[in-house]
Amino acid sequence: MKQWIAFCSILGKDTRSYYLKPPNISWGIVFPLAWTSMFFIRSGAGLEDIMSLLPGVVAVSVLFGTTSLLAVTVTFEKKGRSFERLLLAPISLELLMLAKTSGAILFGIVNAAVPIIMAAFLADLSQVQWGLAVPAIVLIAVASTFLGLFIAVSVSEVFEAQTFSNFFRFPMIFLCGLFFPIANLPVFLRPLSYALPLTYGADLLHGAFEGAMTMAPVLNFVLLGLFCLVLFGLSLHNIRRKWIV
Amino acid sequence: MSAVIEVDGLTKSFGDVQAVNGVSFTVERGELLGFLGPNGAGKTTTINMLTGLARPDAGTISIAGIDCTRNPKAAQHLIGVVPDESNLYPELTGFGNLCFCGALYGMSRKDREERARELLALFSLAEAADRKFAGYSRGMKRKLTIAAGIIHRPEILFLDEPTTGIDVASARQLRQLVEGLHREGTTIFLTTHYIEEAERLCERIAFIVRGRIVRIESVAELMQPVQDRHAVLVSVAEPDPALAEKLAPACPDCEITAAGPAQVRVESAGPISVAPLVRFLDDLGFDVVEARKMHPSLEDVFVRITGIEADAMRKEREKPGGGKVDAA
Repeated sequence: MKQWIAFCSILGKDTRSYYLKPPNISWGIVFPLAWTSMFFIRSGAGLEDIMSLLPGVVAVSVLFGTTSLLAVTVTFEKKGRSFERLLLAPISLELLMLAKTSGAILFGIVNAAVPIIMAAFLADLSQVQWGLAVPAIVLIAVASTFLGLFIAVSVSEVFEAQTFSNFFRFPMIFLCGLFFPIANLPVFLRPLSYALPLTYGADLLHGAFEGAMTMAPVLNFVLLGLFCLVLFGLSLHNIRRKWIV
Repeated sequence: MSAVIEVDGLTKSFGDVQAVNGVSFTVERGELLGFLGPNGAGKTTTINMLTGLARPDAGTISIAGIDCTRNPKAAQHLIGVVPDESNLYPELTGFGNLCFCGALYGMSRKDREERARELLALFSLAEAADRKFAGYSRGMKRKLTIAAGIIHRPEILFLDEPTTGIDVASARQLRQLVEGLHREGTTIFLTTHYIEEAERLCERIAFIVRGRIVRIESVAELMQPVQDRHAVLVSVAEPDPALAEKLAPACPDCEITAAGPAQVRVESAGPISVAPLVRFLDDLGFDVVEARKMHPSLEDVFVRITGIEADAMRKEREKPGGGKVDAA
């Protein structure tokens, strides 16, 4: 019970201090809107193509929303030494980091909702498989958040976190099959695509929104879940190795 | 009394730097133990290892019978930590910070809010309760950081340089608060480089130099060798590096040491007559500006044992950038 009081307090504080701040709320709305418009204009497509763009915009919104904030907030707290206060609290490191990441996961899910709500006004979403879309969005948010955590604990400065995030994010957007099918990529790049967590999330979203998946849903979920575990495990390992010296 | 903190052979190095080297000590329940030493002596590294923020390379730590070497988290509910720099959340108010810290220890909303108000009043911060921590003065930040360290009523409190860098009035108030906590039975482990602070607050003091404890005893025991000694401090107008040597014939049984460029300290097991010393120096052509009898202090003991001049230690700490070097 005491551990959960601590968990809820960390989540509540982070939500108020970081995620509900006006600049971040506007980021959560403007960013998906900008991505949607950009791809819509570039593709020259009509409203009937919204469903093919939606998986990409949703995934990118989640990826950027989670990694941007988490990489910065954790690095900022570590730099300001307030993170030490959390490390001194009588809660396990696993629960502490879950509390620190829960806010970003929720923020990512809310980010995903923005383009979907906008699309609801422009297209018929009755064919969407929500049973597949919702867990896929949640898992993409978890994987992206843990990627942000991995980045945050790998660097010591906030600007490094931003730069390092882009090192992962931009190649991932173009290699994960969101906007270009993996089959259309050069052969030597394809193995790299399958080493990215977003590839499996993108495939699930394509299935949910367009009914077209290249892999079995179970396999996608298992591999995405595996990425979550590995990224979280690596982050904890790095915290123990680098921050509790 | 029983030992509530037991440390044996604690060792820690950062690369080639040996920060802590085979440190062993115990702290009794309800005791106030001081760790006194210069920058880089290993004080903060020791606290970090005791509280779970650093892993020892060797040695054992036991807190309230719990083996913290293997599981540093196991005793964290028993301890409160006040770091050398205030590390609360700048965006939260004073009240918000205390409530958040209380929640980290699992306190219910009602408990932590009551305790936060109680501590804000105790630390004379009630009027600033709703102001953001970022806007607090240095002294206020220090007080709130101590309040955050005791919000959950810990049995053991680790205080790292509690009064460094704050004004005299705030430092005085903080020392009174520490004395109050000690009277209430809290076991306190305090690090400081202020000798007067250690002498005033601590029951026992450990002198730590270059990662090693060179002496650990009660204040009375530490003072014992110098208690019966007599000392005179003589100041002359013009600096002379050979002043001590030149004065030596005036008092063959005395121990004469330079205390500054134009100062010598004359010590003896018996009473020292000041007038002959002044006359002797006058005959040598020195302009004696002051000669006063000194009461041997803990500072003398510290200098005698460690060979480190207390003034140098103070100045090192106070110069810009004279912060920690012993903590990673």
